Parts: sequence; structure tokens; C-alpha cells
Amino acid sequence: MLLSLNWLKQYVDLDDISPDDLAEKITKGGIEVDGVEKLGEGLKNIVVGYVKSCEQHPDADKLNVCQVDVGEEELQIICGAPNVAAGQKVVVAKPGARLPGGMKIKKTKLRGEVSNGMICSLQELGVEQKFVQKEFEDGIFVLPEDAETGSDAVDLLNLNDTILDLDITPNRADSFSMIGMAYEVAAILDKDLHLPDVKAERTDESAADYVQVKVEDPDLNPYYGAYVVKNIQIGPSPLWMRNRLIAAGIRPINNVVDITNYVLMEYGQPLHAFDLDRFNSSEVVVRRARKGETMTTLDGEERDLQEDHLLITNGKEGMALAGVMGGADSEVKDDTTTVLVEAAYFNPLTVRKSSKDHGLRSESSIRFERGVDPERVKEAGLRACQLMEQYAGGEVLSGIAEFDEQKIEQSIVEFDAETINSRLGTDISVDEMKHILHRLRFSFEEKDAHFTVYAPSRRGDIQIVEDMLEEIARIYGYDNLPYTLPEGASNAGGLTKKQKLKRSIHRYMQSAGLNEAMTYSLTREENTAKFMDQTIRAQEPKAVKLAMPMSEAHSHLRLSILPELLSSLQYNLARRQQDVALYELGAIYVNTEENLSKQPDEQLRLSAAITGTWVNQQWQKEVKAVDFYVLKGVAEGLLDTLHIQNASFEPLKMEEMHPGRTAAISVNGEHVGFIGQIHPAVQKEMDLTDTYVFDLDADRLLEITMENEESYEPIPRYPSVTQDLAFVVDEDTLARHMMDVIEQAGQPYLKDIQVFDIYQGEHMEEGKKSIAFNVRFQDPEATLKDEQVEKARKQIVDAVENSFQAELRG
Amino acid sequence: MKERLEELKQEALTKIAEAGDTRQLQEVRVSYLGKKGPITEVLRGMGKLPKEERPVIGQLANEVREVISKELDTKQEQLEQKALEAQLAEESIDVTLPGYSQPTGGPHLLTKLIEDIEDLFIGMGFEVAEGPEVEQDYYNFEALNLPKGHPARDMQDSFYITEELLMRTHTSPVQARTMEKHEGRGPVKIICPGKVYRRDTDDATHSHQFTQIEGLYVDENVRMSDLKGVLNSFAKQVFGQNREIRLRPSFFPFTEPSVEMDISCKMCHGEGCSVCKHSGWIEILGAGMVHPNVLRMAGFDPEKYSGFAFGMGPERIAMLKYGIEDIRHFYTNDVRFLKQFHQA
Repeated sequence: MLLSLNWLKQYVDLDDISPDDLAEKITKGGIEVDGVEKLGEGLKNIVVGYVKSCEQHPDADKLNVCQVDVGEEELQIICGAPNVAAGQKVVVAKPGARLPGGMKIKKTKLRGEVSNGMICSLQELGVEQKFVQKEFEDGIFVLPEDAETGSDAVDLLNLNDTILDLDITPNRADSFSMIGMAYEVAAILDKDLHLPDVKAERTDESAADYVQVKVEDPDLNPYYGAYVVKNIQIGPSPLWMRNRLIAAGIRPINNVVDITNYVLMEYGQPLHAFDLDRFNSSEVVVRRARKGETMTTLDGEERDLQEDHLLITNGKEGMALAGVMGGADSEVKDDTTTVLVEAAYFNPLTVRKSSKDHGLRSESSIRFERGVDPERVKEAGLRACQLMEQYAGGEVLSGIAEFDEQKIEQSIVEFDAETINSRLGTDISVDEMKHILHRLRFSFEEKDAHFTVYAPSRRGDIQIVEDMLEEIARIYGYDNLPYTLPEGASNAGGLTKKQKLKRSIHRYMQSAGLNEAMTYSLTREENTAKFMDQTIRAQEPKAVKLAMPMSEAHSHLRLSILPELLSSLQYNLARRQQDVALYELGAIYVNTEENLSKQPDEQLRLSAAITGTWVNQQWQKEVKAVDFYVLKGVAEGLLDTLHIQNASFEPLKMEEMHPGRTAAISVNGEHVGFIGQIHPAVQKEMDLTDTYVFDLDADRLLEITMENEESYEPIPRYPSVTQDLAFVVDEDTLARHMMDVIEQAGQPYLKDIQVFDIYQGEHMEEGKKSIAFNVRFQDPEATLKDEQVEKARKQIVDAVENSFQAELRG
Repeated sequence: MKERLEELKQEALTKIAEAGDTRQLQEVRVSYLGKKGPITEVLRGMGKLPKEERPVIGQLANEVREVISKELDTKQEQLEQKALEAQLAEESIDVTLPGYSQPTGGPHLLTKLIEDIEDLFIGMGFEVAEGPEVEQDYYNFEALNLPKGHPARDMQDSFYITEELLMRTHTSPVQARTMEKHEGRGPVKIICPGKVYRRDTDDATHSHQFTQIEGLYVDENVRMSDLKGVLNSFAKQVFGQNREIRLRPSFFPFTEPSVEMDISCKMCHGEGCSVCKHSGWIEILGAGMVHPNVLRMAGFDPEKYSGFAFGMGPERIAMLKYGIEDIRHFYTNDVRFLKQFHQA
């Protein structure tokens, strides 16, 4: 909401506080001031002028030569506005004046004629086009005749105002008006409050003679009041009122409409003025719209209505969409003489529904949605009548035609001063609390430090003790609360074993040279079927779709991290970052139901993707591209970090993966993920260079780690013996299989096997390869004897030769 | 004989001085002090001497032998030193050439920030609580005093999957779940980090996915001043000891009273600048005293227990702390972005 300080001054004395200080105090009181706009800063030499004569420029069709009386002198001013005319009071920027935007007015010549200043439009004075009255939109602004020639026009146009832009939280509906803010500021500054004296002369005729009110659905409209004002003369509203509306962000239209808008801003109570002659009935019927019913609103739009839209009708047709917008048929026009002023309380939900369905969010609907003060509805209506009497020549009929089933429940909150202090951690005296309640203008009783507060109807948010805690604390000042630390029993806190292990995974992956990535959990539908690990696929998951996605790119919950991680890889490649190593530890969302009835199973996965060079020692001429074994080394290191033994890698065929460079990873025979190169065709499709990935079931790995008992093995006291064994085997023989056989055959002393050489090529039979192992034996109890080693070696050689038709090399 | 010994001594010392390397020196050692050397010869010929001269010559011979031997050792050391120096000179390299580069990775800035905040609160006795990202409407809204029909839970703003399931819009449901597990007994001291989702169009300041970290402290006699004290130490540790905090009343359905916390602007120290929109303060987090309805729904007696909760967005904190201009950087994973925060 825009808060004009000049307007606010009418209710609260602001003489001893600067706008910036006031803004800070309001913010600290709980209503955030988003901006402080000082209008007309630096404007000077702008005065009221009287156009004594206005003649067409001899050399220019569209220019006029005006003689303008500006009080002390008479100035010749050339003016190009189409609406300038002799006899007008206008705004003159004299030579030396500065206008918003830095324009400086100088004495000049236009087509040979001297021009000593400028006759201004409101836009030139800094008013936004959308707030300028229609008739002055394309020309100069014409002041009322009673404006004093030569006087300061900046003051007259309220351009010396400061406007605060307020961000009002949903609970503080009361602050959505000038009077509401007056209460707030008076409380914050501890000052007196001056509210308008609302009364109107009433005629002998009564409103009930003209209209009767019927409400079919009191839940949606518990109170409806209709005042009648006759003998209205439509015309412009007074300049001060137009100024205030502009300051509040509303375009002036005519006196009746301006008055309803003025009261809307002043009281926060939306009103509507119907032309009673055009209303075509003496009966106001408030009802739900009927299916298929339509109505044309003030903006000329024909609206399709539904049963949950509330309508104001004349008994037959819709005359207004309750709380949202009036109808075109009963609009107040220049010839209107009798006006029905509607002052009502509409249910916030019904207004919200209508306003949303029709895309009409107005100053009115916003206030009804938040809830207006039920006790000020009638007063606001009468205030409008009073202003119509004063500024539209109206005669206000006595009484009010109304429907009233409003039940206003008095909210009573009781508390002890001690409760407040112990909850806040403060030491506020009973007297001070009383003073704070006085400042808030809450009625209350206090006896022996026990308070009973009767919350005012404008403060519908005050319901429970905690609400009073906040009220007292905010007026006392959050700044004045002490800093304390909780006095409860101290406890250790900390991470769970699983959380610690997750951090270990991060640290390991990072030290292994990968960067942690974070991708989106929501992905494209087609991505949900890609790179799905076999254990996930085996569960036959149904991809989870959002009911209302924002885009196709983020419409489904992921079933693998890899598609989005690979997109990130591609993003980097497209930006000439060729060496990229990323990993992500995050959830996938596995649902197996056809129709989702429960939360999907969130499973933690660890995915990695690398491409480009891994080692690049430029001057040493050592450059190594990433390959399968680089990433496998990373995976093995990870398993090692997690103390997971018995992991094995076996060839795997998977749709998106290279058929000869992909392995399933298992631990103790249980599948935990896969590793390998992306299929070249997929790489091409995704604009990727050679890319290696792994995807691991992190939940399962962490479980295995946590199941493992941490154990200690004494440092061996006896030396170990190593033997090198090289075999010639078929080239497709898998090293892992040979190692398994060696491990079995080498018991009980075999401690470790390493592959140290692979050879294929010259001096080697076609289709064969040589594979060399370094085997280490050790007896923890004694030094091994040569015969023992020899025996073990022989067992190994025999076993390998038998199992793989292998041949031991010399 | 005396002269002969003196002569031998001079001769040996000269040869030692002339020796250029340890091999030559070894030759000198063998030729003068060896079993077949001239001094041994002298000693052997002593039998021919008169009895009274023998001890004199014997002593002299031993002295000569000792002098030569000592000189040999000295020279040996000198030569070894020289050889070592030569070797070291030979082995010199250009130490200014770059070293073997190791692949280095690092944490995502958000993870780093979240872990830092976790650790800070762990130090104050908090535990880290986690929960599902696909959440039940009940935990995401209802248990947090946002009943059905509440304006703040518009379908338009959240990614619903079914009527009852949605992508959580904050990590607060973890608070509700954890409180429920405590079955009405305090203290509950948790910090809840995680991913959250809102129905926003991605741009420089909005992201449909982002992270949040929330804290909850429920116990007997928890005061609002405790919230202020805890937030103050948090802000000082994360943003620096010279930063001030300011609490402002605000509104959240799950807390009452509610507050927003600002910290003094780093750029202008509260004077007002473009970073803080001329207010001198930057909004950091929302907090408040847990609403009695929330306590009650989670099985806690609001007469006995009170508590505070707070929540913040690591993205926002990171953007403020480092001047990051676009929230999308956190999710595009440009390595030029990721690598800047390895040490952060």
C-alpha cells in the first residue's frame, strides 16, 4: 500500500519526525517499508498562472502564444497543448525552474516568439500517466478557478508529499487503510489520534423508501447496507481529494467515484456507488450466480459466472460482482443524479474466488480477501455520504436499507504479566504493559498483574496470548529484548553415523578430483527411462508426474541422477570447458503404484560423470584422457573409504552404455550399481565427448558399511614373500576370474595379488595375451619356508592352467 | 733412520695434498700405511738398531704414521664433501617449473554452506534431521497451522502431485515429523537442511528448486530472547563478528510472534547503499516462537513447552556473501563456478 504522509498528518502529528525515521520505525513495528519516495524533490519556481490570453502562434499551427499572469509579473509563454485556453488557471514552470528528470526551464524562443517558461502537464511534474485524469491526459493540467494566481503550485498539487511503499503481511488487514495506519503510527510514536467526524444532514425521505435489501446467502454476505443520496451533480472532485488519490495510486474520475475510492483508502472499506435510476429496481438481491449466467462489468468485459461467484442483482440481472467490480449497466455517469452507496461485508473466500477466476485483483478485492473491519462498514458508508453532500451537492436520505446477520465475536485474551515476561525473556513492568495497551488503543482490564484484553474489531488477528505477546513485544521494541542463550539442559548434538558417512563420501569424491554438482530433481519425461540401474528397473517404477508442471523440462521426478548430470556436462562442453568431472549425491524417487497413493521411495544414489583429460602434465609431455580405469579407480577408492571389501566388477550390457566398456558393480554378490562409458551413439546424440559414468546405490553402500564391524589386524611380525607369475591366455579371459582362481589356490598363505603387466602383440600368438601377476605370501605366525612358497606357487600355476588353458611364461 | 722417517712423512703429506679424488687418496693410504709400506719396513728393520735407539725410533715411526693417517682422514672428508657438492650441483633443477598437477575437486557451495551452518548448531547441541522431499499435504501445511483453504497454500504456488502429495515447499515438515517422534517430550533441538520446491519460473532471482535450512528448539521455558541470542551468535559466526542483527516483527502461520532477521550491510556498515537498498540492513532469515497450534498438533503441551524456529535460504546467503548475481548458477554446474568455492 502507498502511504501519503501529507494525508497521514491529518490524523497523527508528524511534525517532529523525518520521513526516513518514520519509515524505519514503521518497519521495526512490523510493517515493512519497501521504499520512501519523496515527490517533487528540488521542484521550485513552479506557480499558479492565469492565462489572460491565448493566440495562435503566427508561424506554427500547433503552438499558442499565451500571456500568463503569475502574480508578480506577466509572462509570455508558448504552449503546444491542445487544451490550453484563455481564462484557465494553470501550472507554470518559470525560467530557472527544475522539473523531475532534471529538465531545466530557460527563457527561449520558439519560431521567433519569446517563451518565458512552460505551462505544465501533470506528467511533466512527475505524475505517472496512468494516474492522470482522462481529460488532462494529452494536455496541460487545468487547476480549479479558485487557485490563487502566483501561489506555489507544488504545495497546491501535493507534490511536496512523501510516499511510503508498505509491504503489509497477511495478518495485518487493519493496516490496509489510512485510518488503520494512523492507529499503527500513533501507537508506534505514542501520539494522539484524530479521526474524522462522520455525520451528514439527512432528508425526511428515508433510504428504505427507495430500496429494500435481500440476501439469499448470509454466509457469503452477512451484512449489506444501502445508503441513498439524491440530487447529485457529477463533476470533478476537489483538488485535494484528487491529489490524495493520485498519491495512493488511484486515478481520479469524478466526484462520486472518487469519493468511494477515497473512503476505500481512508477506511479500508470498499464501497460501490450504483446509479439508482439505471439500477432499474427498488430491490437489491444478493445471491450466488446461476450456472451459465453472464454479466458485463465496468471494464466492458462480459463475464461468465459460476455458482460460487456472489452477485449483487436488481432481482433479475447482475449489477455487480460482489466485492470485485461493478456492472456496466448501473455505472455512475455524468448524468447520474441518484446514487445507491453499497457498504457491505463480503466473505473473504468468495471474493478471493471471484477475483481469481476473473483475473481481477483490485484495491477492493484485496481488502475483502483479507477481511474488513466489520464494525466500520456502516461508518464508512456514511462517510461517503457526508463527502457526497459536501462535494457532489447530494442530499443524503435518512436511514439505511440493510440486511444484517453479522455476528461480531468479541475476542478476549487473558494473561498474566509474568507469562509475558517469562516468554519474552524480559522484565516489563505492569505499568509499562498498560501503557503499551493504551498506545495500541486496546480496551482492557488489569487486576493484580492479570490482564483481560478486549481486542478491537479492526484487529481480527488478535486471538490468543501469543498474539498479545507479539503486540507487547513489538511496541516495547524487538531491539529492546535481551540476548540470552537457552538455559535448558545441555546435550551433545551431532551427526548420525549415516550423516557422517555421507560427508565422508563427499570428502572422498572431492579429493579424488571430482566437483560436487547439484542438478534438478524434476526432469523431462523421457529422462525418467534413461540410465536406470537394473535394481530400480526390476521394481518396474512408474515415473511420478507433477499435476501442474511449469515446463516440460521439469515435469517428472527423476529415476536416475545421470540424465541431468550429463546435461550439466554438456553445458560445460558447450562453453569450451573440456575437462569436466562431476558427481552428485542425491535422491531418486521410486514409485511402483499405478496411481500414487503414498510417497515414493526416496533412494540415495551417488552418480559421477567424467570427460576430457584426467592427467595433463604439459611440459612433461604426459597427457592422459579419462578412461574406464580412471573412473574405476575412483569407484574402488570410494569402496575402500567405506571399508567395503568383496566388490566385484563384471561385464554388463545396458542400453545407454558401451557394450564392451561397462561393468556391473556388486558387493558380496549383491548388485550395487554400474560403471562404464556412455554408448558412442548416445554420446553423439547428447553432444558429449567420450564420457565415463558410474551410478551407485548409496543407501545400500552405507548400510553395508554400517553393518561391517570395525576390526583391527595386528601388524605382521614376519616377512612376506612375493612371486611373479605370467600366463598366456585367450585374450578375452577376464583378469578378475584368474585372480579369483589364484586367490583360492594360493591359500592359506596368499595375502595379495596385483596385476602388473598385460601384453599382447609381437611374439604373442594371435588371439592370446600375457597377463602377469605379483603374488604375495605371508604366514602371520612364522617366517615362510621356501618349500611352503614353492608348494603354493605350484598350486596356483596348476589351477590357472587347468581353469583357463593357460600357459605359464618362462 | 730418523731422517728416512721425516722424509717419508714429507713425501706422504705432499702426495696426500696432491690427491684429486678418493681413489688416489686410497692409493696413498695403501702405499704408505699398508703392510708392505715403507713405514712398516722401517719398523721391521728396527732390529738392527742399537737397543737404546729402538724406543726412540719406534715412537717416531708411530708419530709419523699417525700424522699421515690423520691427514689422510682430513683429506678424505674434504674430497667427499667436494664430490657431494659436485653431485648436488649436477642434480639442480628449475624449481620454477610447474609441478605435477593433481585432479582437484570440491564441494558445491550450497553443501559447504549447509555443512558450516550444521556444524555451528551441532556445537550448540543440535542434531541434523532429514525428511522426504515428496511430502504429505498434512506435514507440509496442516501440521504447520496452514489448514486447507489458507491463502498461503495456493495450488498455483506448489508442485502438487496428487491432492495429498506435493514437493515440499519448505523443510518445516521435518520439524513437524521430528516433534511427532518425540511424543510430547522435549527437548527437541534440530537443524533441517534440504531441497525444497516452489512453482516458480526460473530466472536470475527465482528457482523452482532451492535449498533451505531450518532450525527448531522446543523445551520448557524457551524464551524469545533465547531466539535473539542464538540468531545473534549464528549471524556473527557466519557473516563476521562486526555485523549487527536486527529483528523485525513479521508474519508466518507457524510462528507467533514471528520475526524477520536483518544483518547490518557489509558494504556500507548501516549507512545505506545500493546493496541494502539504502536501508543499511539486509534481510537474512525468518523466525519466531513456535505457534501453539503447531506444538499441539505435534503432541506437545503449549502450556508446558515453548520453542523457537528459524529458516533461511542458503542460496540467498551465498548470493549476499559472495555477490553472486544469478541463482541459476547453483544448478547449471558450470565448472568455472564450482571451482571457485573449493576453499570457501
